[in-house]
Amino acid sequence: MAEETEMKVTKIRNGTVIDHIPNGRALSVLKLLGLTGKEGLTIALVMNVKSKKIGIKDVVKVENLELDPSLVSRLALIAPNATINIIRDYKVYEKRKIVLQDVVENILKCTNPTCISRQSNEPIVSKFKVISKNPLKFQCMYCNRYLMENEVILQITERGG
Amino acid sequence: MGWKNRDVISIEDFSIDDLEVLFKLTDEYLEKGHPNELLKGYIIGNVFLEPSTRTRISFEVAAKKLGAEVVNFIGEYSSIKKGESLFDTFKMMDIYTDLIIIRSPIEGTARYASDVCKKPVINAGDGMLNHPTQAMIDLYTIRKIHGRLNNLKIGVYGDLRYGRASNSFILGIAKYPNNLIYAISPPQLKLREEIKEKLKEIGAILYETTNLNEVISELDVLYVTRIQKERFPDPAEYEKVRGSYKIDLKSLEGSKPELIIMHPLPRVEELSYEVDVTQKQAYFKQVTFGIPLRMALLSLILGKM
Repeated sequence: MAEETEMKVTKIRNGTVIDHIPNGRALSVLKLLGLTGKEGLTIALVMNVKSKKIGIKDVVKVENLELDPSLVSRLALIAPNATINIIRDYKVYEKRKIVLQDVVENILKCTNPTCISRQSNEPIVSKFKVISKNPLKFQCMYCNRYLMENEVILQITERGG
Repeated sequence: MGWKNRDVISIEDFSIDDLEVLFKLTDEYLEKGHPNELLKGYIIGNVFLEPSTRTRISFEVAAKKLGAEVVNFIGEYSSIKKGESLFDTFKMMDIYTDLIIIRSPIEGTARYASDVCKKPVINAGDGMLNHPTQAMIDLYTIRKIHGRLNNLKIGVYGDLRYGRASNSFILGIAKYPNNLIYAISPPQLKLREEIKEKLKEIGAILYETTNLNEVISELDVLYVTRIQKERFPDPAEYEKVRGSYKIDLKSLEGSKPELIIMHPLPRVEELSYEVDVTQKQAYFKQVTFGIPLRMALLSLILGKM
């Protein structure tokens, strides 16, 4: 990848690189990963760099941390086209492309208090249809209420880490 | 997709062809009568978790006219009061009955029931979201009176924000070509965004206004709805719009002779009784067609026609 990123941040020895994050969302990704900077990990955050694939992108590199697979489905919501590279000894040990499914189950919460998916005594999981990836827009499949980007990011990052 | 064993959750799920099958059978029941024992041996479950007059009674009458038995489940007098989940209630109804009709104040209840039940589910109204069988009756009424469902100018007047009947009607009539829909409401009760986007998606022409006077002379149909007091999160907001619109003879001055006034009922104060005796009144026709249309619906879903 002959992209600008390499010029700005050196390679990491072991850890995770999350590439192709939509620009402006790197801070939300850190929040989702539960990283505050106080963990002692080396974190590189690059925002608004050119990308052949998505125009302008953000990149997050975290040394000595391998991404918890349970976070991938939530990461997909705020970084639908991102790539996760697990780095071991300077080499890409594993490359994973994040895929945002057309239907997102059991992650987001409907904002309509009178939606069936909000009824606490029912064994029901929330279901959202993806309307738009940029800006993010989801629609509850039970009550049709929209969930807009700011609310999605708030919900995803609030439960992060 | 055929009608047999089909769930009726939203009017959006039905094509013009599907609806035509239903309307033709309704015509047949109206004109030639209906078979008395078509649904003999079937048990229909009416699950009503919110007040209802016409919908519950007309489904019950429709089922009984075809020879079916009906069991009524009224939320207030059931184990739901003791904290039983809807999931368990639906499971039970699925075991005991052959078809389940559900009304609930919670949006998405019928869709949830259709996920839980193997038997067909009919949505008899869920919160502010859907009332598909009312929309079917409304479309049938227009087809019967105007002889067509296209090339019409239709005003929908009132609480378009919380009204499930008006929303389902709008999404129903928008399926047909060359209709112009006027959404007329106080500013606080405008159509919800998701409905407007859906209309845009299907290419319907929508014009929004707060002033009935501006469009009354154009209309072929005026569909009036009450303010849905029970859906307002804040009673003070309801008080602000209460009584803000009313249809009476004066408000209909300048309208076309063929204009019909529709209303899903119940009415509160938005529709004057003086309209009842005019040629324009179509709301009691909607009530009349409710029975044969629901009979046709039950016959098709239970695979008897």
